[in-house]
Amino acid sequence: MSVDELEKERAPRPAGIGLVGWLRWGWRTLTSMKTALILLFLFALASVPGSLLPQRGVEPGKVATLYQESPALAEWYDRFQLFDVFTSVWFAAIYLLLFTSLIGCVLPRTATYVRELRRKPPAAPRNLARLPQSASFPGELTVDQAARRLRKLRFRVETGDGWVSAEKGYLRETGNLLFHISLLGLLIAVGFGSLYGYRGNVLVSEGDGFANTVAAYDRFIPGQQVSAESLEPFSFELTDFMATYQVEGDKRGQEVDYSAFLKVNDSPTAPVRDYELKVNEPLEVNGTQTYLLGHGYAPVFKVTDGKGQVAFEGPVPCLIEDKPSLTSGCVVKVPDARPSQLGFLLRFLPTSARASDGSGFGSAFPGALQPEVQVLGAFSGDFGVRSGKPQSVYELAPPEVMKKLTPLVMGTAVPEPLAVGESLDLPGDAGKLEFVAVKEWMTLQVAYDPGRVPALVAAALATVSIALSLMIRRRRVWVRVKDGTVEVGGLTRTEGSAAGFAEEFEDIVKALQAAGDKDER
Amino acid sequence: MNAEGLAELSDLFVVAAVLLYLFSMVGFAMELAFGRTRLDQESAAAKVPVAVGAATVVDAPVDEAAETPAAGGPVWSVRAGMVGLGLAWLGWAANLGAIVTRGVAVERWPWGNMYEFVVGICFAAVTAFLVTQFRRNVRFLGAFVMVTAALGLGLAVKTLYTSAGPVVPALDSYWIAIHVTAAILASGMFILAGVAGILNLIRKEGPSRLPSKAELEKVANRAIVLAFPLWTFAVIAGALWADRAWGRYWGWDPKEVWSFITWVGYAAYLHANVTAGWRGRRATIVQLVAFACLLFNLFGVNIFISGLHSYSGL
Ligand code: HEM
Repeated sequence: MSVDELEKERAPRPAGIGLVGWLRWGWRTLTSMKTALILLFLFALASVPGSLLPQRGVEPGKVATLYQESPALAEWYDRFQLFDVFTSVWFAAIYLLLFTSLIGCVLPRTATYVRELRRKPPAAPRNLARLPQSASFPGELTVDQAARRLRKLRFRVETGDGWVSAEKGYLRETGNLLFHISLLGLLIAVGFGSLYGYRGNVLVSEGDGFANTVAAYDRFIPGQQVSAESLEPFSFELTDFMATYQVEGDKRGQEVDYSAFLKVNDSPTAPVRDYELKVNEPLEVNGTQTYLLGHGYAPVFKVTDGKGQVAFEGPVPCLIEDKPSLTSGCVVKVPDARPSQLGFLLRFLPTSARASDGSGFGSAFPGALQPEVQVLGAFSGDFGVRSGKPQSVYELAPPEVMKKLTPLVMGTAVPEPLAVGESLDLPGDAGKLEFVAVKEWMTLQVAYDPGRVPALVAAALATVSIALSLMIRRRRVWVRVKDGTVEVGGLTRTEGSAAGFAEEFEDIVKALQAAGDKDER
Repeated sequence: MNAEGLAELSDLFVVAAVLLYLFSMVGFAMELAFGRTRLDQESAAAKVPVAVGAATVVDAPVDEAAETPAAGGPVWSVRAGMVGLGLAWLGWAANLGAIVTRGVAVERWPWGNMYEFVVGICFAAVTAFLVTQFRRNVRFLGAFVMVTAALGLGLAVKTLYTSAGPVVPALDSYWIAIHVTAAILASGMFILAGVAGILNLIRKEGPSRLPSKAELEKVANRAIVLAFPLWTFAVIAGALWADRAWGRYWGWDPKEVWSFITWVGYAAYLHANVTAGWRGRRATIVQLVAFACLLFNLFGVNIFISGLHSYSGL
C-alpha cells in the first residue's frame, strides 16, 4: 500500500451531485492514506504545546504560578485549552478523525488484499527486455526446471507455454495492514482503559493503613464508567519504611534504595500477607497496581493546651523543601486546643547541623541521623478551620486569617531546635509542644487500567508488522525459454527498493543458471 | 582494581577515544580532500540494466573503482583513508573500554545519566559506521562521523560529566538494559543517517569529492530502515517500564511526547521515500527534521523541560 498506488484512486471532486456526492467525496478524502498521514502529523504537532507548557493534570502548581505572573497570557492559553492539551477538545478531534480515517482506510483494503492473496502471479509480458531488470543467457532450461528453482527461492510460481511467472514478498502487505490494524487496536485499548480505569493518589504514614475506597484517596481520577463499587476491595498497613542513602563520596546523600513494608489484605476475608513495596516493583491485587512514588518525614508531635489537656498527638506529614537534604516544612493545627486554638510552623531537619558561620541550622544529610525540629512560629487565635471553607493541610491559614492571629513565638525569638523527646513551653502558659518521635510517610499511586495488556499486544504487533513491511519487498520475476536462450525479467512493486532488487535479481539469475546441472541428478 | 581506579580508567579511555577519533578524522579527511572527484552517477547508475553475461564477475566488490584513485588522486590518499579506518577502530575500542570499565566500576548498566548515555550513543554511532563499512565502502562518511563522535564525547566530558556512582532507585531495574540500550542503538544509527543526510543536502549536483546523492540516500535509508523498528521498540519498552515505575504506560510526559514526535518524523521519512515527488531532497529534509526532534529529545527535553525523565543527573 504505497502512497503512489493510493494516489491513483484519489476521489474525483464531485461536480454538482448534491449532498450525497459531497458526503461521499468527504468520506473518500478522509479515508485516504494521505489524510491519515496528515492527521498523524497533526497529532504529533498538537502534542508539542503539551510538552512545553505546564499541564494542569501534572503540575497544577506551575499553572497557578503562570496565572499569577502573567494573568492575561495564561487566560489566552486557557482559552485554547493549552493547559489541558491531552484532554482538550481539539486534541480529541484530531485523534477521533485519525481513528475514523484509519478504519475507513484499512477495512476496504483488507478485503482487496484477501482477494489479491488468492490471485495467481500474472502471465509474462511480451518483451522481458523492457522490464527494469532483465538478463538473458544461452542454456537448455525447461519451464519445469525454472519453476522448480524459483519455488526453491520461495516464489509463488505459475507456468504457461514457454514461460514461468513468479511472485514473492506478500508478507509486505500483510505487515502493512497488520500495522494499521494494530494502531487501531492500540487506540481502542487506550480508550477502553481510560473509560473503565481509574487512578488515585494517597499519602500514608508509618503505622497507618489504607483501604481501597474512593473516600480514602487524597486525589481520585476515575474513568467515566467507573463506579465506587467497582474498586478492588484490598487494604494494607504500612508497618515500616526504610530508605538508604549514599554515605561517602561526592554523591553523598543520594538515595540508593527505599522500601515500604506492608501487611496486605487482598480482600476483607483474605489472609494477611507481607509485601515489600519498592519503586519498579508495584503491589498487584487482581489487576490493580499500587506504586510507590515518593517519601518524606512525618514527625510525631504532642500538643498540650493552656488547660493542660492533650489536644493533639500524631504524625504530621511534612512537605519536602529541599530534596537533597530532605529539609521539610511542617504545619501543626490544633483546633481542639483551649482556651484558644493553636498553630505551629515548624521545620524538620533529618540531620541537624549548625551552619559553619553559626548563622542558623540546616540539614546535612537526608537520613534521620540527628532529627531535630525548629519552631519557626507559634500562633493562637481562630484559624478558621471550622469555617467550612476548604483549607490546605500544608498551610497554617490563608493570609487574611493569619493577620488576625496572635503570634506567640516568632522572628528573632526563635529557640534552638528540639531533639526527639524535648518540648517547647509556649509563653504565657498557652501550652506546650513536644517532639515525640520520627516517622516516615510515602506517597502512592493506585492505578487500574484494563486496557494495558491489550495495548501492549497491539503495540508489539505494530512493531513486528512495521518491521515486516519495511524489510520485505514485493517482486515479480518472469522466465521465458525459447530456442536455447533463457530470458529473465523482473520488477519490484515496492517503490524505493529498485537498487536492492537489482542485487537480488543477479542472484536469481545465477540460481537459474548455475544450479542448472545439479537438479538433473 | 578498585571501583575508583576503574572509574578513573574509564575517564582516561574517553579522552583516548576523543583523540583517536580526531586523528582518524584527519585520515579520512585527507582521503576525501586528495582523492579523486566523483561524478554524480545518480541517474546513470540506476538505469543501467545488469548485463548478466555468461559468467560476468558478479562478485566483484562494488567499490572496486573507489579503491584505485583515478588520475589526479595520489595513491597515498587511499592509504590515508585506511589509516583513518584503523584509528577509528582503535577509538571504537577505547570507547568500548570506557563503557565497560564504567559499568564494572559502578556495578550497573552504565546508562544512568546523560554523560553515560551520550558516551553510549557516540559508541553506537561509530559502531553503525564501522559495521556499514563491512558491507559497502562508506569511508567518505568517516571524517564526518568521527567529528560528530568526537564532539559528542567532548560535550559529554566538558558539560555533562557526572562522577561514577549509584543511580536513584527508579533506575535500578532490568528495564534500563532493555529500554536504554535500544534507544542508544537506534540513536547511533539515526546519527549515521543524519550525517549522510546533511552531506546529501550540501553536495551539489555534478562532480564532487563526495559520492553520488543516490549513494548517500542509500546509506541513510538503510540506517533508518533498521533504526526505526528499534526506536519503536525502545519507546514501547519505555512504556512498559513506565507501567511498572510510574503507574501508567503513557502519560504525555515531555520525553514521551518527543519520542513520539521523533517516531512520527521518521515514519514520515519512510513514507516520503516511497512517494513520487518526495523521494530524494524532500525526503532527506524530512529525515533531518526528524533527526532534529531526536536531538531535541536528547538535549532539549533533559535540560530545559522538567518531567519524569529528569533524573538524568545534570
Ligand atoms: C512511555 C514511557 C517512556 C518513553 C516513551 C521513553 C522514551 C525515552 C527515549 C526516547 C529515550 C532516549 C534518549 C533521549 O532521547 O533522551 C529515553 C532514555 C532514557 N529513559 Fe526513557 N522512556 C520512557 C520511560 C522510562 C522510564 C519509566 C524510565 C525509568 C524510570 C526511563 C529511563 C530512561 C533512561 C535512564 C534513559 C537514558 C538516559 C537519559 O536520557 O538520561 N524511561 N527514554
